[in-house]
Amino acid sequence: MIRLTAVTRTFHMGDQAIHALNNIDLHIASGEYVSIMGPSGSGKSTLLNIIGLLDRPDSGSYELDNRLITDLSETEQARIRREKIGFVFQSFHLIPRLTAAENIELPLILSGIAPEQRQVRVHAALQAFELTQRANHRPAELSGGQRQRVAIARATVMRPGVILADEPTGNLDHQIGAEVMSLLENLHRSGTTLIVVTHDRELGARAHRQIGMRDGNIFADRSDDAA
Amino acid sequence: MTLPDTLQTSFKTVLSYRIRSLLIVLAMALGVASVIVLTALSDGARNYVINQFSSIGTNLLVVLPGRAETAGSFLGSVLGQTPRDLTLKDAQLLGRLPQVKRYAPLNIGAAELSAANRLREVTVLGSNANLIPIRHMKLAQGNFLPHGTERSAQIVLGAKIANEFFPRSQAIGQRVRLGDNRFLVSGVLAPQGESMGFNTDEIVIIPIDYAQTMFNTTSLFRILVEAKNHSEIESAKQAILAALKQSHDGEDDTTVITQDAVLATFDRILHALTLAVGGIAAISLIVAGILVMNVMLVAVNQRTAEIGLLKAIGATSVDIRRLFFAEAIWLSLAGAFLGFLLGELGSGLIRFAYPQLPAWAPAWASIAGIGVALATGILASLFPASRAARLDAVNALGKR
Repeated sequence: MIRLTAVTRTFHMGDQAIHALNNIDLHIASGEYVSIMGPSGSGKSTLLNIIGLLDRPDSGSYELDNRLITDLSETEQARIRREKIGFVFQSFHLIPRLTAAENIELPLILSGIAPEQRQVRVHAALQAFELTQRANHRPAELSGGQRQRVAIARATVMRPGVILADEPTGNLDHQIGAEVMSLLENLHRSGTTLIVVTHDRELGARAHRQIGMRDGNIFADRSDDAA
Repeated sequence: MTLPDTLQTSFKTVLSYRIRSLLIVLAMALGVASVIVLTALSDGARNYVINQFSSIGTNLLVVLPGRAETAGSFLGSVLGQTPRDLTLKDAQLLGRLPQVKRYAPLNIGAAELSAANRLREVTVLGSNANLIPIRHMKLAQGNFLPHGTERSAQIVLGAKIANEFFPRSQAIGQRVRLGDNRFLVSGVLAPQGESMGFNTDEIVIIPIDYAQTMFNTTSLFRILVEAKNHSEIESAKQAILAALKQSHDGEDDTTVITQDAVLATFDRILHALTLAVGGIAAISLIVAGILVMNVMLVAVNQRTAEIGLLKAIGATSVDIRRLFFAEAIWLSLAGAFLGFLLGELGSGLIRFAYPQLPAWAPAWASIAGIGVALATGILASLFPASRAARLDAVNALGKR
């Protein structure tokens, strides 16, 4: 469960103040599939960063799973990112000198999980995303789709309740992008909250709830009853 | 993130940036190696000098006429003369002191040595039988003034002189002429080469009585005294000064130099030199430390996106700080270790090339070299590591 109340975030560019988020109220229930759409500069990425605890609101409050996040220490927030949130990025953000398996293992290492257990979970993740053959390849030796599958495996290996995807198909061609989306949607089907930021209307329309943003405000919030 | 994981992850990072790591380790290693090699050289020189000093005798005291202080203004101090000379009687007096094991009076002069149709000028030492053991000289053959023959006209030849005059025949038993006197060669010194600027291979030794007659003097150049043991050197010095003062009508007109004091002075000077040289070499370690800082700062810049990602997947600032810190520790450790090996190898090569120079780096220098390398590496990484830790995740992720 995600609840944002009166969240504001302002950036300063020189002497100009940019209101990336302007008094936003938003509630997303557990297990929802939400897309956030809007032109660039509309504040959709800032919203995602705040939900993902990468950024802090200037004012307003943020509750995740009935817990007020805004006042938590940096270390506590890192722990919540590790355990409850998985990020998928447009440019994959894999570490180039690590193999696919090592990239997937990273969140487990950060959590201090024992090496034997890590091996089991990495192996399972590789299998789930059909990467077993590619386990020892570095990102440079993988195709775009494979890279994004590694990134999704990394995002899910801690079994987080929320997956945040920022333009997950932006660097992929149409067919591969569709495959990646169906992988993410499979995760949603197994109960994970899925939030996708995109400016691609077609992609956004696949979500059961579509939020439209413009100039730091939510101007549209539609739900498909078919969900 | 657990400590073993932090160490392992950073170690893998160091390995994956192979050339960068190699260069920085090399810089560190050269710094440590130069500390070790230079201190080994200078400590080797120190030991060399001390060995040379020890080789001229043990528990040695040298009595010389005149006072070391020039406070008095008697004319003789300018001319190198003193109102009272040291005499053989003085020497015999010293021989009766309880702290004295043995003594050797000494006169030095030059005379013409001739034998077997050859002629040359030689340095002549006049002394008694004790000179050889007190000065740690060794006889290759024969002896000098064995008991009961103290008054006979014997001569000991230096190794080179014996070889020059009697290249093919046995020197011992030959008769030689020194000045106006004839001597019987009773011994030949073993070749010892130069020690303390004095080549014992080109001297001859004759009994003190003959030397005094030959040089027409009753005074002694020096009296060499060997104390009974090391702890009695100082009391022997006091006893000698007191005895000579009494015999010289209450005049304090002799000087006693102990070998220990001279040795200690040289030891101090050369130890200071070692420290100075080590300090200069340590500057290169500081330079290497700054290099570590530079490389780590570049690494933070290069890996900005990676740091952002690590934060996004749940790394705390502390985790990131430790990762970069551990990376610098690995680099410094490897540099210090390699430098230690290089330094030991270098000083080994010096010992191999100059066997008479005991070029061993003192333990303190090795430990200090390694310690300074680790300390500068660690200090230099603090700033880049905290800079990495402070990076803003959103901005960091935006970079590529």
